[in-house]
Amino acid sequence: MSQRSVEGSGLRIYAILYLLFLYAPIALLPVFAFNSGTIIAFPLQGFTTDWFVQMWANATLRRALTNSLIIAVSSSLLATCLAIFAARASTRFEFPGKGGIMGFIMLPMVLPEIIVAMSLLVVLLGSGLSLSVLTVIVGHTLICMPYGIAILSTAFSSLDKSLEEAAYDLGETKWSAFRLVTLPLVMPGIISSLLISFTISLDEFIIAFFLAGNEPTLPTYIFSQLRFPKQIPMIMALGTVLVALSIVLLAVGEYFRRRGIARIGGKDNGGFL
Amino acid sequence: MTKRIFDAEARQGYSLIAPPFVYALLILAAPLLTILAYSFLTDGYLEVVKEFTLENYAQVFSDPIVRKIMLRSLLVAGLVTLVTVVLAFPVAYYVSFMVRPERKSMWLFLITIPFWTSYLIRVFLWKVILGYNGVINSTLTGLGIIDEPLTFILYNVNSIVLTLAHAYAPFAILPIFVALEKIDRSLLEAGRDLGESRVMTFWRVTLPLAMPGVIAATLIVFIPTIGDYVTPELIGGGKIPMIANLIQVQMLALDNRPLGSALAVTAMSIVAVVSLIFLFLNRRFLKVRQ
Repeated sequence: MSQRSVEGSGLRIYAILYLLFLYAPIALLPVFAFNSGTIIAFPLQGFTTDWFVQMWANATLRRALTNSLIIAVSSSLLATCLAIFAARASTRFEFPGKGGIMGFIMLPMVLPEIIVAMSLLVVLLGSGLSLSVLTVIVGHTLICMPYGIAILSTAFSSLDKSLEEAAYDLGETKWSAFRLVTLPLVMPGIISSLLISFTISLDEFIIAFFLAGNEPTLPTYIFSQLRFPKQIPMIMALGTVLVALSIVLLAVGEYFRRRGIARIGGKDNGGFL
Repeated sequence: MTKRIFDAEARQGYSLIAPPFVYALLILAAPLLTILAYSFLTDGYLEVVKEFTLENYAQVFSDPIVRKIMLRSLLVAGLVTLVTVVLAFPVAYYVSFMVRPERKSMWLFLITIPFWTSYLIRVFLWKVILGYNGVINSTLTGLGIIDEPLTFILYNVNSIVLTLAHAYAPFAILPIFVALEKIDRSLLEAGRDLGESRVMTFWRVTLPLAMPGVIAATLIVFIPTIGDYVTPELIGGGKIPMIANLIQVQMLALDNRPLGSALAVTAMSIVAVVSLIFLFLNRRFLKVRQ
């Protein structure tokens, strides 16, 4: 017994150190965002909120933010809609070739993003289409879809089939049964798929970098500014805001995921993936 | 005619799967096939000449610079995978075996949060930490421990590996955790009852059963790291390119799409071969255990 607890506390210390390693870089963000020195180095100079003010007044940054929000909202909606179809098909129906088709749809999850971005870019340039926010939405929808499917498959598979059958017996059509019974039950899954897709799209760099043409998005704007030491404190302020925002979004997503599991009476067995 | 071949359930399944499948065909399969086709064509001035050639592949395999960058990408991805999986296993083990069930999801939540925060900023922060005037160097010189800033920690393969290992850590923990969770706890008790020591039980029961998770973690870390573009660009200062940077330069800066495509196809093939080797090992492993 004692050996187990010794082993447990040893592992516990290791796990906590590991968490510290994971959080160490992020913890530096607010430190430098509120530091009045223009060089990112210790010792710290003094407290200031100038960088946040400077960030707020930056017109290019605003444009990048607007673009990013348009892209993230559109691609999370599109990806989640497509994911509902795929998740429903894979959990409810059996058909020949299902494994292959699903595997192919999930492929972007394991394909290096540079390959997706480059091949799409070659096709777009070849077909003479101009690059814009729209082309980024197309790419982001593709890479968000598998994450949506992974989340929604869990939601759909834990659904009791007899609830739908009861609705059919009570005279509902296929569509109305889906709308009135299935959809409300998987709603928490849909919301968490929307949030995860939104977060992925907002943070995605490679596809936005190559497919956006001259339009800035948040990550490509950040990337372009990292070359100028003068701009770094402002980027630190921006990073602080972004990190705070993603933590809020994730907490909301986690809340809905847990509520969803509670609603269909399942057992909580893990995180997002 | 085709309607009669499949039953009603299959038809419904196909009509449901059609929208996402068609989307993936158009946006993923068509572009991938295009670069596959391009890789066999000849590069002309400002356009791709439709003439079949194997010249691009010959160049990919004979050019010493390409070979060096390919090997570097494999080395970096391999090291990152090794470091990430080895460091992650004890954490997954701790959360699965030592943490009380109701607190597990909180631990997983804490582990996944850093992963969802801006990748670009996380990578850049390592530059801030490791840089010439970075956190480590300014602290050490400030404390008088060193006189000159340490230079071996920035703009080299070590710093790329460290940054990527940090970025992909949660990817490794989650699959291992899932595999550990599936292990029937009574098997471990049985091992102990039959007189095995704790270490031997771990070695002969827990580890083999966790292997599918370890293999999954390996692939999930290896595949994106070998194609990483940002880290060599920011941390390597553009002086230590990896395969993604090379593809981008050929495709855009040098406008040699056939050669760029051949590089992309070669990189994908390498990834596919490595993945298949791991999946094969996994299958062998499971078969032996059964």
